[in-house]
Amino acid sequence: MGALNNEILLEQLTAKFGELIKTVDQPYGLLTIETNRDAIIDVLTYLKQDAALQFIYLTDITAIQYPELENPIGVIYHLHSLVHNVRIRVKVFLPAGDVRTPTATVLWNGANWMERETYDFFGIDFEGHPNLVRILNVDDMSVFPMRKEYPLEDPNRVDKKDFYFGR
Amino acid sequence: MSDVQIVNAPPGVEGSGFFATSLDKAIGLARSHSLWPLPFATSCCGIEFMATMGSNYDLSRFGAERLSFSPRQADLLMVMGTISKKMAPVLRQVYLQMAEPRWVMAVGACASSGGIFDTYSVLQGIDEIIPVDVYVPGCPPRPEGIIDGFMNIQKLVQTESLRRRDSPEYTKLLAQYGIQ
Repeated sequence: MGALNNEILLEQLTAKFGELIKTVDQPYGLLTIETNRDAIIDVLTYLKQDAALQFIYLTDITAIQYPELENPIGVIYHLHSLVHNVRIRVKVFLPAGDVRTPTATVLWNGANWMERETYDFFGIDFEGHPNLVRILNVDDMSVFPMRKEYPLEDPNRVDKKDFYFGR
Repeated sequence: MSDVQIVNAPPGVEGSGFFATSLDKAIGLARSHSLWPLPFATSCCGIEFMATMGSNYDLSRFGAERLSFSPRQADLLMVMGTISKKMAPVLRQVYLQMAEPRWVMAVGACASSGGIFDTYSVLQGIDEIIPVDVYVPGCPPRPEGIIDGFMNIQKLVQTESLRRRDSPEYTKLLAQYGIQ
């Protein structure tokens, strides 16, 4: 079996998807590509099911927020090809008012809890997810705590008021 | 002579062949030296509690030999560690299942005030959900600190009136927490 590396991988992806694949970078040798939410499931399906690639292991799904960008909220997929021991990172950026992307539970059952966690902290609506409810935080929480518009501190805390420090 | 020390009798009237004191004091004395603690240990303060229960510090000297892992039999709830908001209903349930009289000790900065975890997911002190009798400072407190807190609980138990739990103040305190 021929060794798979980032160049071959990127070549294959570009040949298959063309303009839908944008290379972001290769930090620390980890190929990072960006696509859009209409293509993400196709890209993931290709990566998982192509006989030469076999990215069968979904390491993680998480999200990130860059408030200054046009599409501030990104969903990030980490995949691992266990056969080739090659990893890839796929990013999808979403506009602020319309934070939804299709679910990856159609490909991996393990995506279920990862997407619930990402929803819990970033409020991303994974369309088609079987049970998109909070998983780690309390059910009655009304904010998505990792979003930068919400304060990280607990509002009930009174002993840190400026008054006590003479300010 | 044995060097085993026994507790002193409470204040009372003594004569030849009899000793009289009030029921409050006698029961308080007995209770304070036979408290059954329920350790609710969630983090590093729990490790200090293990040292406190160990032979070096030996909490059994104070009559707390028998830990109760059922809240129904426990007298003292010792909350040691960070209580997240998701854990709060569990802790409250444990408190509600304890029978009166019951005492609560918040051990360490996290249980007392949230400690360094001033964040969206952590309860900023267990006194947001249940009443607390003694706070032990420290992050984590040393076993000496926990023992000092325990002795303060003992003092409370000894001096508390048997009727205190029926008093309007106590009912009002519990009502603040939405209990009963």
